[in-house]
Amino acid sequence: MTALSSGRIVRINGNMVTVTFDTPVMQNEVAYIRHGQERLKSEVIRIRGNLAEMQVYEATTGLKIGEEVEFTGELLSIELGPGMLGQIYDGLQNPLPEIAEQCGFFLQRGVYIKALSESKTWDFTPEKKPGDSVRAGDKIGYVEEKIFRHFCMVPFTLTGNYEIISIENAGRFTIRQAVAQIMDQNGKIYPVFLSQTWPVKIPIQAYTERLKPEEPLVTKMRLIDSLFPVSRGGTYCIPGPFGAGKTVLQQLISRHAEVDIVIIAACGERAGEIVETLRTFPSIIDPRTSRPLSDRTVIICNTSSMPVAARESSVYTAVTIAEYYRQMGLHVLLLADSTSRWAQAMREMSGRLEEIPGEEAFPAYLESRIASFYERAGLVRLHDGSLGSVTIGGAVSPAGGNFEEPVTQATLKVVGAFLGLSRSRSDARRYPAIDPLISWSKYRSIIEEGQRERGQGILLKGNDIAQMMKVVGEEGTSLQDYMDFLKAEFFDFVYLQQNAFDPVDEATVKERQIYIFDFIHRIIESEFVFERKDEALHFFQQLRQLFRGWNSISWQSDEFKKTEQEIRAFLLVRTREGKHA
Amino acid sequence: MHKIYTSINQIVGDVIAVDAEDVGNTELAEVTTRRGTSLAQVIRLDGNKAFLQVFAGSRGISTGDRVRFLGHPMRIATGDLLLGRVFNGSGRPLDNGPDLSENLVDIGGPPVNPVKRIIPNKMIRTGIPMIDVFNSLVESQKLPIFSIAGEPYNELLARIGTQAEVDIIILGGMGLKYDDYLFFRDTLEEHGALSHSIVFMHTAADPVVECLLVPDISLAVAENFALEGKRVLVLLTDMSNFCDALKEIAITMQQIPSNRGYPGDLYSLLASRYEKAVDFETAGSITILAVTTMPGDDVTHPIPDNTGYITEGQFYLKNGAIEPFGSLSRLKQLVNAKTRDDHRTIMDTMIQLFADYRETQEKQSMGFQMSAWDMKLLKYGQLFEEKMMSLKVNIPLEKALDLGWEILHDCFLPEETGIKRSIIDQYWPKKL
Ligand SMILES: Nc1ncnc2c1ncn2[C@@H]1O[C@H](COP(=O)(O)OP(=O)(O)OP(=O)(O)O)[C@@H](O)[C@H]1O
Ligand SMILES: [Mg+2]
Repeated sequence: MTALSSGRIVRINGNMVTVTFDTPVMQNEVAYIRHGQERLKSEVIRIRGNLAEMQVYEATTGLKIGEEVEFTGELLSIELGPGMLGQIYDGLQNPLPEIAEQCGFFLQRGVYIKALSESKTWDFTPEKKPGDSVRAGDKIGYVEEKIFRHFCMVPFTLTGNYEIISIENAGRFTIRQAVAQIMDQNGKIYPVFLSQTWPVKIPIQAYTERLKPEEPLVTKMRLIDSLFPVSRGGTYCIPGPFGAGKTVLQQLISRHAEVDIVIIAACGERAGEIVETLRTFPSIIDPRTSRPLSDRTVIICNTSSMPVAARESSVYTAVTIAEYYRQMGLHVLLLADSTSRWAQAMREMSGRLEEIPGEEAFPAYLESRIASFYERAGLVRLHDGSLGSVTIGGAVSPAGGNFEEPVTQATLKVVGAFLGLSRSRSDARRYPAIDPLISWSKYRSIIEEGQRERGQGILLKGNDIAQMMKVVGEEGTSLQDYMDFLKAEFFDFVYLQQNAFDPVDEATVKERQIYIFDFIHRIIESEFVFERKDEALHFFQQLRQLFRGWNSISWQSDEFKKTEQEIRAFLLVRTREGKHA
Repeated sequence: MHKIYTSINQIVGDVIAVDAEDVGNTELAEVTTRRGTSLAQVIRLDGNKAFLQVFAGSRGISTGDRVRFLGHPMRIATGDLLLGRVFNGSGRPLDNGPDLSENLVDIGGPPVNPVKRIIPNKMIRTGIPMIDVFNSLVESQKLPIFSIAGEPYNELLARIGTQAEVDIIILGGMGLKYDDYLFFRDTLEEHGALSHSIVFMHTAADPVVECLLVPDISLAVAENFALEGKRVLVLLTDMSNFCDALKEIAITMQQIPSNRGYPGDLYSLLASRYEKAVDFETAGSITILAVTTMPGDDVTHPIPDNTGYITEGQFYLKNGAIEPFGSLSRLKQLVNAKTRDDHRTIMDTMIQLFADYRETQEKQSMGFQMSAWDMKLLKYGQLFEEKMMSLKVNIPLEKALDLGWEILHDCFLPEETGIKRSIIDQYWPKKL
């Protein structure tokens, strides 16, 4: 091994430190600043002449000119292996519960703890035998991690074909004990462990091919699944002004989405919100697995008062963990809240580097960074033929709630679905405040296309009539138009809106969505007989009340059927020739 | 013995540069001029050049003046000796009491490990129905009052401060008018709260840079008490002055502004302060109430906008009352389920009907016909504004809920309120 290089600090500006060096230094190399007993992690982000500019993942208080910096020769990497599920990591994959044990109430800079336990043993079952041929990503055996088979895979860094020389029999192993030896064509031997390391900024691509995301990812949010759906392996964004409901929506999705594993990246947002997740998930039982939600969740958190530079690494750490579980043939959902904070971190660093600023002082490479992040989502076919996916959903926090700003615009260019929250809907407490007039999705809905279009059509029409009515008043609106307005409002109230605090209404399964949508579709298509507008208004108010009650009754229960009969009877009275039923 | 340097070779804005060695980033220094001594803080290091932000401002500093580095970052004394005292933005006494140097702690200390926080669960009662009923304040919440010049935001802040049941009140004034300071002091005194209060005071006449320290100092002292198990309420007014001071320094340092001249890291700078609000797992808590005046009453201005993205809701003070719309306590649902079982019903129903009232008002102003229903709403809205919204009202939560039922009863039939039968049976007033 060649001796690692070192350097000395010549400039300190916030969390950027400039270092002189005289042996080779690599772009994005990790280095440690030595400050007394402390070693502070940092990353090279620009090299000019014999000066390396580094972002420091810690507060730079007290650092001095001339202090020594050790380069590691490594890119910023994390360790991937069993033991991540249920963990709470910071943006550099330090486990926060273990940090708390060591440091108490506060985070202490320069304290780094191994992401995975080195002493815990895992029950290994081999799936290959000596003589088998393998390549990067191939599964050679597995351990049980919570409810999953956590596969032990040939390191993703290896290229070409390898032969298994030896593999352990079933037994208990730590992540530091090799479970197999493999040999390349030149006879060189490599050990395989239960874990491996991977540089976070590089996508893991040990699969055969990428497929088009076509299968819906059911979130159980009606407005999403029915009107603006997301596919497994797809991407979506949720931009919205402060307080519009981005975080609440992401939290609901994290609880109810039909995926195997959820990775939550809390990036530059409130600590309190992540506390809610980490304190409640261990006691919420996932109906699909009958196990606590925390068993299938990994939390990466770099909250707003934690070091800014680690915001960037937190999203990369999160997506790398997501890709890792995808390699096992699992469906993974990555929720990032908020990608704008990561973009702001880039802007801060760009400013310190004195780069030429783009719009709102964001750097010119903002768009390409955002694009390549979302590109890491995808549905893939693995070497063994099984499918795995990473779906990415990012909250966006536009300055002033204005969607024209650079981060929202850059994101809209690359995502497959846009769930735009509007202030007017959240002010009117119409939750989730996804605005159906501006949102879109490129993915296929669980609802039949004709019905879906009709549903969206009535919303547009209802809105047009509502705008008109503001000018000409109710008295200047035809009864026909008024009926369409009422139908749109009805659809909005009983279907688009969903009560996050009602244990039944908060999540609607796919079958129920299809059933109810069809039911409402027929109401929209029905002709009703009314003499006067206030009669119609009263009718729809009553219908709404009945329907809302229906929404809080368990799917397919006796009560559900009873209420359905009640609603049908109520509708019959007013439908021309009883057309609805 | 700390070394003294005399080679100040740059003075721009309130930032000076001096040639010096062995200086730590964010270290504190004393600059001695003909006018006296001021503290200054290192904000950038470049080779042997140290850039310092001078708290008293750069006016009168000469290139030959002396700079003495202190070897540590900004610190503040903490503990019971501070109670009842008044200090300036650099922590020097403004009353006639002694200078304090007990239990010194660094300001702007490290963040709390999220796993050591608990989910907040205690309501802070204020006697103001618009808060207690509709947007309950919760211990450890961080909440700004969004307002504009001329509104009684300092009165509101002082009132909540003196009525809240907390152990310690810390007031951080930034760019405050001297009259306002006297108002706060007198109000605290009147309510017998002065003995458990601490004031850090930066007035409009003081140097701008000193304003920057006020939140950090206030919160460092608060944190120290909270770690000892105390429930601390921190009142900060006006955070917009703090933001403008940040802007001034950023421009002096030739940072590229991101939005209307404000630095791109305004969000992070504000967040690192507001996030000090905390409920510790086995100790006390910090609650932060701050005033944010909105330039031009524009909530999309970078100051309220960044603040709103950080805090847990906001009280929107307009025309002398807390607006039901635009105001939000994001933590209210953590406490309002266990106050009284009609709390959420009253909260939801009254706000919905008030929204209807606002619509009717609009229709009325456009000259559209008023229906019988519209007339009911108009009556309701007026009663609501007078008996609930007015800041003159000062009643406990339970009284306010009763009052809510009375107003509904005076204006509507039970079925018109949309309230569930079971709750109506229990709470609808029986009188005629
Ligand atoms: N689906 C919902 N049902 C009921 N209330 C909701 C819902 N969504 C949001 N809210 C209310 O709005 C508040 C703010 O929501 P949330 O924290 O999700 O906003 P946000 O868009 O993430 O804001 P920020 O950008 O500031 O983080 C919540 O505390 C809650 O009171
Ligand atoms: Mg949020």
